[in-house]
Amino acid sequence: MAPQHNRTVLVLLDTPLTELSSSALELLTVARELGRVEAVSIGSPSVATLAQLGSYGVELVRQAKGGGSLGAEAAATSTPLVAEVLARAVEVSDADVVLLTATFPNKESAARLAWLTGAGLIVDAASVTTSDDGHVVGGKRVFAGSWDTVCEVVTDKAVVTVRANAVVAAPADAPVEVDVEGFDVSPSALALASVPTSREVHVVAGASGRPALAEAAVVVAGGRGTFGDFTPVEDLADALGAAVGATRDCVDEGWIGHDAQIGQTGVTVAPRLYVGAGISGAPHHRGGMQASQVIVAVNADPECPIFEISDFAVVGDLAEVLPQAAARIREHQGR
Amino acid sequence: MSALRIVVAVKYVPDIQSDRGFVDGRVVRTSDDGTLNELDENAVEAALRLVEALGEEDRAASEVVVLTVGPADAEQALRKAYQLGADRAVRVTDDALAGADYFATAGAVAVAVATLAAERPVDLVLTGMAALDGLGSVVPTITSAALGWPAVGLVTAFELAQDASGAPVLRATRELDGATEQVEVPRPAVVSVTDHANDPRFPNFKLIMAARTKNVDVWSLAEVADAAGSLGLDVATLTTPRTRTLSAEPRPERPEPEIVVDKGEGGIALAEYLIRNELV
Repeated sequence: MAPQHNRTVLVLLDTPLTELSSSALELLTVARELGRVEAVSIGSPSVATLAQLGSYGVELVRQAKGGGSLGAEAAATSTPLVAEVLARAVEVSDADVVLLTATFPNKESAARLAWLTGAGLIVDAASVTTSDDGHVVGGKRVFAGSWDTVCEVVTDKAVVTVRANAVVAAPADAPVEVDVEGFDVSPSALALASVPTSREVHVVAGASGRPALAEAAVVVAGGRGTFGDFTPVEDLADALGAAVGATRDCVDEGWIGHDAQIGQTGVTVAPRLYVGAGISGAPHHRGGMQASQVIVAVNADPECPIFEISDFAVVGDLAEVLPQAAARIREHQGR
Repeated sequence: MSALRIVVAVKYVPDIQSDRGFVDGRVVRTSDDGTLNELDENAVEAALRLVEALGEEDRAASEVVVLTVGPADAEQALRKAYQLGADRAVRVTDDALAGADYFATAGAVAVAVATLAAERPVDLVLTGMAALDGLGSVVPTITSAALGWPAVGLVTAFELAQDASGAPVLRATRELDGATEQVEVPRPAVVSVTDHANDPRFPNFKLIMAARTKNVDVWSLAEVADAAGSLGLDVATLTTPRTRTLSAEPRPERPEPEIVVDKGEGGIALAEYLIRNELV
């Protein structure tokens, strides 16, 4: 589909200082179908980021400038500031749509931005299209993946957070030159008062080289049935190039960090392939993974509820099944 | 610390274990399977603990008000909060709020908070981190924006304090995916707490009995219009939805899964399934 209307779509870049994540590239792919895409960067985009934007057909990056008060690090983690940056970007670009990735902080930024601009808001869309009269339409999967809803924004402006893996990221037909244009932001006192006094980034032990859970195309997750030993889960994850996840039980037991928790109050995943090992499939966990495209489960209990939503299941001991599967996969891949 | 007045905004949702669905684009909430949103119990608990930590006199002068927006069935959520120990309950309801989206809902919460604050100052608005039906997690932010108060989301621990000049502040730890932040904002503020913030108590028998007959204030939008005006908001604009549901369809049942019982080759079967379906 060729871009229609004169719609301008802003995309907030989550990590412009380093390079763009797969979720950001998916967002650019979604945005291109809606209209002319401009990116918004807090801080100066890196050379790698600019190259990615060029190959995805983005001709303009709008870089927020806020004098001394708006350091890129602080601003990017303070959601009221991010919202005010985006509201100003909407003003200077006369944008109709703003897209953000579906992280918890971005929900806050998106909500405040929609309030500031009078826009309608769709949270965690799995698809973004437009209606015949030009309104933005978002598709969502709700109630632990059991219902599909479609929602139309009836206001002129729309703010949408888009779930990871909603589309497959695809570069534009031809790369373009990217211009960077600054714009001034004068943050409100309230936004400045909300800047964190300190921030500690979690270092996840042993996670080096694995994709981020929220955006991974393949996820291998462990539950109570691991009895705290995640070695088989990690082994299969590494054979598949997958991220490692866990149920809330495992986090509460201290077997794995909170960042790995999949579920309604943790990370929501919707990968191409989800493998759940030693996971019974409680509603809280299912709410965070049921939108996965293919679901594979390994559990010693043939009656466990996760089998009901699985495409393929093995009744067995995960400590035996996962390493065997990992070895067979490595053999198939010739390594 | 002196006496506190805390508003806890809660939601009535279908039980997560029940068969959930939509009728006419709206979530079905019936008295059979409806409940207080489980994550809101953490907010009620946080409010009760703040008050319980006060001295006897301040404690007696404090008030925990639970607030919800919704039709008569939604009162069940407020009764559950009464069972936990809330002092007062308010339900905002109006025909104009049927089909309310995030903004209409948050707008109604904000004007109700402003109405309460006009009676006597409110120190804090607490909410859960998400409602387990919609999972939007945006109502606290929009409520704070409407009130012109700061918001701190996903809080695991917090304290009420004074800054160097003696002004009331909230110090909070906020747990994000990949980082932990410390935030200090002026009060009053809107705070959403996660399910890791505390372990909600179980109702005791005395409170269960008392909750049955306790009064719930029911306010229409006309009754909160004055407060809305004081925030520079007009009720009609505030409650005009910005989105509408075009369709809501149950997903087709998944086909029966292919189940293999491991007799020593289960891992191979799993790998072959992935290879066959080009997932490797």
